[in-house]
Amino acid sequence: MEKYAVYVPRLIKKRENFAPGHRACIGCGEALAVRMAFKALDNNVIVANATGCIEIVASQLPFTTWHLPWIHTLFENPAAVASGIEAGYKAMKRKGMAVPENTKVVAIGGDGATSDIGLQAISGALERGHDFTYICFDNEAYMNTGIQRSSATPFGAATTTSPAGKHSFGQFTWKKNMPEIAAAHNIPYVATATHGYPFDLMAKVRKAADTPGPAYVHILSVCPTGWRSATDTVNRQSRLAVQTGVFPLYEVENGVYKMSIDLPKLRPVKDYLKIQGRFRHLSDDLIQQIQDRVELEYQKILEKANNVTKRAKSKSKTGAAKASAR
Amino acid sequence: MATRVGIEVSIAIADAVKLANPDVIAAYPITPQTHIVEHLAELVANGELDAEYVPVESEHSAMSACLGSAAAGARTFTATASQGLALMNEVVYVAAPMRLPIVMAIANRALSAPLSIWCDHSDMMSVRDTGWIQIIAENGQQCVDNIICAFRIGEDQRVLLPVMVHLDGFNLTHVIEPIEFPEQSEVDKFLPPCKFPLPLNPDNPVAMGDFAPPVIFTEAKWAQEMNIRASKKVVLEIWDKYNKAFGRQYYAVEKHHSDGAKVVLMTMGAVGETASVAIDELVAEGQDVGQIRLRLWRPFPLEELREAVKDAEVLIVLDRAISYGGPCGPVASEVKAAFYDQAKRPKVVSFVGGLGGRDITVAGFKDMVKKGTEIARTGSKNEYEIYGVRE
Repeated sequence: MEKYAVYVPRLIKKRENFAPGHRACIGCGEALAVRMAFKALDNNVIVANATGCIEIVASQLPFTTWHLPWIHTLFENPAAVASGIEAGYKAMKRKGMAVPENTKVVAIGGDGATSDIGLQAISGALERGHDFTYICFDNEAYMNTGIQRSSATPFGAATTTSPAGKHSFGQFTWKKNMPEIAAAHNIPYVATATHGYPFDLMAKVRKAADTPGPAYVHILSVCPTGWRSATDTVNRQSRLAVQTGVFPLYEVENGVYKMSIDLPKLRPVKDYLKIQGRFRHLSDDLIQQIQDRVELEYQKILEKANNVTKRAKSKSKTGAAKASAR
Repeated sequence: MATRVGIEVSIAIADAVKLANPDVIAAYPITPQTHIVEHLAELVANGELDAEYVPVESEHSAMSACLGSAAAGARTFTATASQGLALMNEVVYVAAPMRLPIVMAIANRALSAPLSIWCDHSDMMSVRDTGWIQIIAENGQQCVDNIICAFRIGEDQRVLLPVMVHLDGFNLTHVIEPIEFPEQSEVDKFLPPCKFPLPLNPDNPVAMGDFAPPVIFTEAKWAQEMNIRASKKVVLEIWDKYNKAFGRQYYAVEKHHSDGAKVVLMTMGAVGETASVAIDELVAEGQDVGQIRLRLWRPFPLEELREAVKDAEVLIVLDRAISYGGPCGPVASEVKAAFYDQAKRPKVVSFVGGLGGRDITVAGFKDMVKKGTEIARTGSKNEYEIYGVRE
């Protein structure tokens, strides 16, 4: 395994689609994740970007960080803009106009753009079946405007609009489950990823882009600025999110759930919470509530994945005769 | 040979869009725009129009999809009205500075509340400063002609701006009119294929929609302003070319008995035809009156307007929208601004009427001319007159 880690980077292209020199904060997990996601793809990609951190740090007239054709228009609409690009390419290609072959359309947005203000546009684009990929880079609050809570902010986290105080323990709602909402659209591919597992992230983005029809990838991106955590631990935080079960890594391919890594035992959520300032006010009781909820949600995903395994096993016992009947 | 048929104006607009051979139509239904997009969906479904019809989940996404499609270099059309236009307002603002030549038909309808599906111009006024070229049609034929012109104007390399074609909801969208359709081959000659200069293309990556810090924002906006001001010349030029090709001439300010007339009535949209009947009757009675109709709302035809009423002493302006708490009707406001620093200027009298689908009859227009002339002579305690209101 150790030798593999030395060898694997050589399999990855040197070419950067998201170049260095942007203005992201020190230790920005999202910039890491964006770089990896687009390193996983070739240069046949058009990017539709929502307003947010990545848009702001990577574009300022007359500069750009992107080596790809890139468009930013508004906050809540990259999925709709991507719909238009995809439709335009489809029509122009069919009508024999000169457009490059096999062009991929990727829409990207933060958690606010995805799970709050842009949810309707994403739902519309997924439902209409456009051949595009939507990637949510989730740093769990409106970081660009100064760490305000979103529906993706986790329970207990202090933000500037869900501050901890005498009468508040911070965010009092549970994180909106965007990957499950995407999966409920019955699209061919949904996955979760995080930059602490770079090869998993890249493989999933690649798979999403190669999947005909709509695909959704939800990438947890650590924000040391907003999470009040050390900038040299972003990848550790990202891995702890997975290892504690806070952010399970899985894929949903044509409705079939599959866990991405085998975790025989989850680490306690405290390991993840204690290294982030946004959780430092939490009482043991609240931490226990989070522990219980994390286990419950993790079990739900695990059961969906296990059921698939069980079904596959029973199917192989009874033969493939029934499988073809729809 | 062009053919003349009796047809509902909405259906005719869809047929005109078909003649322009768009690549993408992204639209969301709203009364009274529905027949336009329904017929386009039908044309696509029957294979009569080779385009992608994107049935978006809102007007906000309709215009967003249009941004994407136009940025990809595809010829793009949408249509909406009223609340739909209000919902997409944020996106409407983006199209012009990004130089995306989208064509949009607006079936003019009042804005809520109270809810009204009927015509006035409050929706058109709400997008006045979005940077789009705005053309107003008065009848079905003008809709068809201007839809075809709109694509050519917007896509002209000197312009590259989105264009709205306004038609009055129900008064035009739902009436059957005799309309002459140009042949496909003639339209193909008039309207070259869309050649967007810098499309989103992996072979030649461009960044569109970077943010602008204060050091460059003013320059970006001034470039946009110079661009739309310069577009008027091209609009007029393309209307001339359309006349050469199809025999129907359009002007930014259309005149009707207005040359030399002392009292001139100014209208916009379908009521102009009713007003014309009134003016004809008044002229027949020997009165010194005329009419002008505004065909181009943005860019505003200042020179053409000044020239058209150079002999007039009274200019009565009818608005179909209120600028709440403002000086007078929104069109009248601009007309007053156009004349304020002119040495010779008509007395401008502002009327607001025809709100939320209320009809103004021939007799009504005659009355308006009479009252307006009187107000010009005696003055009024009101900043503007609201026409036909029950108090």
